[in-house]
Amino acid sequence: MLGLDLGFFNWDIFSKFVVSGLRFSAQLTLIATVGGVVLGTLLALMRLSGKKALMLPATIYVNSMRSVPLVMVILWFFLLVPLLTGKPMGAELSSTITFIAFEAAYFSEIMRAGIQSIPIGQVHAGQAIGMTYSQNMRYVVLPQAFRNMLPVLLTQTIILFQDTSLVYAIGAYDMLKGFTTAGKIYGRPEEAYLLAAVVYFVICFALSWLVKRLQAKIAIVR
Amino acid sequence: MTWDWQVFLNDDGSGRTYLQWMFNAWGWTLAVAGCSWLLAVSIGALMGTLRTMQASPWLVRLATVWVELFRNIPLLVQIFLWYFVVPKMFPAFQQVPGFLLVVFALGFFTSARIAEQVRAGIQALPVGQRYAGMALGFNTLQTYRYVILPMALRIILPPLTSESMNLLKNSSVAFAVSIAELTMFAMQAQEETSRGIEVYLAVTALYALSAFAVNRVFALIEKKAQIPGFIVAGGTGGGH
Repeated sequence: MLGLDLGFFNWDIFSKFVVSGLRFSAQLTLIATVGGVVLGTLLALMRLSGKKALMLPATIYVNSMRSVPLVMVILWFFLLVPLLTGKPMGAELSSTITFIAFEAAYFSEIMRAGIQSIPIGQVHAGQAIGMTYSQNMRYVVLPQAFRNMLPVLLTQTIILFQDTSLVYAIGAYDMLKGFTTAGKIYGRPEEAYLLAAVVYFVICFALSWLVKRLQAKIAIVR
Repeated sequence: MTWDWQVFLNDDGSGRTYLQWMFNAWGWTLAVAGCSWLLAVSIGALMGTLRTMQASPWLVRLATVWVELFRNIPLLVQIFLWYFVVPKMFPAFQQVPGFLLVVFALGFFTSARIAEQVRAGIQALPVGQRYAGMALGFNTLQTYRYVILPMALRIILPPLTSESMNLLKNSSVAFAVSIAELTMFAMQAQEETSRGIEVYLAVTALYALSAFAVNRVFALIEKKAQIPGFIVAGGTGGGH
């Protein structure tokens, strides 16, 4: 077909080269989502705290992360973390740290919007029954904010999964690298890129379809 | 650790200083981003409009396929597709310079996101706007041209601003096919000079400066395009 031969690619090659890469991509997505949401929620709470000493550093952190390309952030961490810890660091660990730190900035904007979408009466109700600030956040505000923002958080996670391919910049072994390695060894680089695109498409398309279904299901009836 | 900013005045081995190389790379970044932006906005506006043409289901389907296709494949993979796979499948593309192939990749990738914003902008308008156009005797094309799009494009200016800043940042992925832009410069100059922190700081500052400039230009457009009596705000956020 059009000068391409996809026939060479079989299950053996897939399990030998791609599966370990796919596992790393999935693991990176999962860790960065959980870590990013936790850190992002903290940053959002700092920005909404009304205390300048907390608001300023959080705002600077979020805005500077958001004004730099992800590839540059990946390069920065790969350069800086070994300098700070004094130990050499593998590309896999370095990219995990990078993605948690980077995605936290984006998740914090989502969580901030989610917290601000909660009517102030809810906070007052919590205060009226004697809840402390942390109880109020833990039992009243954050559960609702999280629920309201779940579709947006999951959409961001799909984007995050696509972005994991950028660990290419420091040579970590992710799914894309699995395909390109196989392509190089078997002399079929173009076919490998095409197959990688198909697999990414199927995964991301299926996930965004699921998010759409979920969105229709959990929407709060008002 | 000590700073060594003089590294930018060193010769890079081809008769120019690292500073000159960096500004040259900045030019490539702006060129890639600017050309891709033109492509992304024109195709994005077209596809977003087609997705709202309920009278022509095949046009809606075509635009939906376009959006899903370019939205669900990572940008880096799309760049590889344009750069390596398309020229192999269609030999005519072997004559096309790499710069243009990257512009296609980045432009089409972003067009899918802009199409979604345009669609949301059009659907945010009250249906009475469309009826008003019909009542004036406009055909579909005229209704879109004179009634719907002027309003919808104003509504989406805020999300379009952040998408344009995203496009600028995403142009960094072009390093993967050796376009001589800022990220490529950062990686090579870091390796050659071993002054990674200085090099990265300068490149990061140029990216931040460019993104800020995009932001200001859009704020100006938003102000100029404002129609008295309309509060045009809102839209959707997210993504990067």
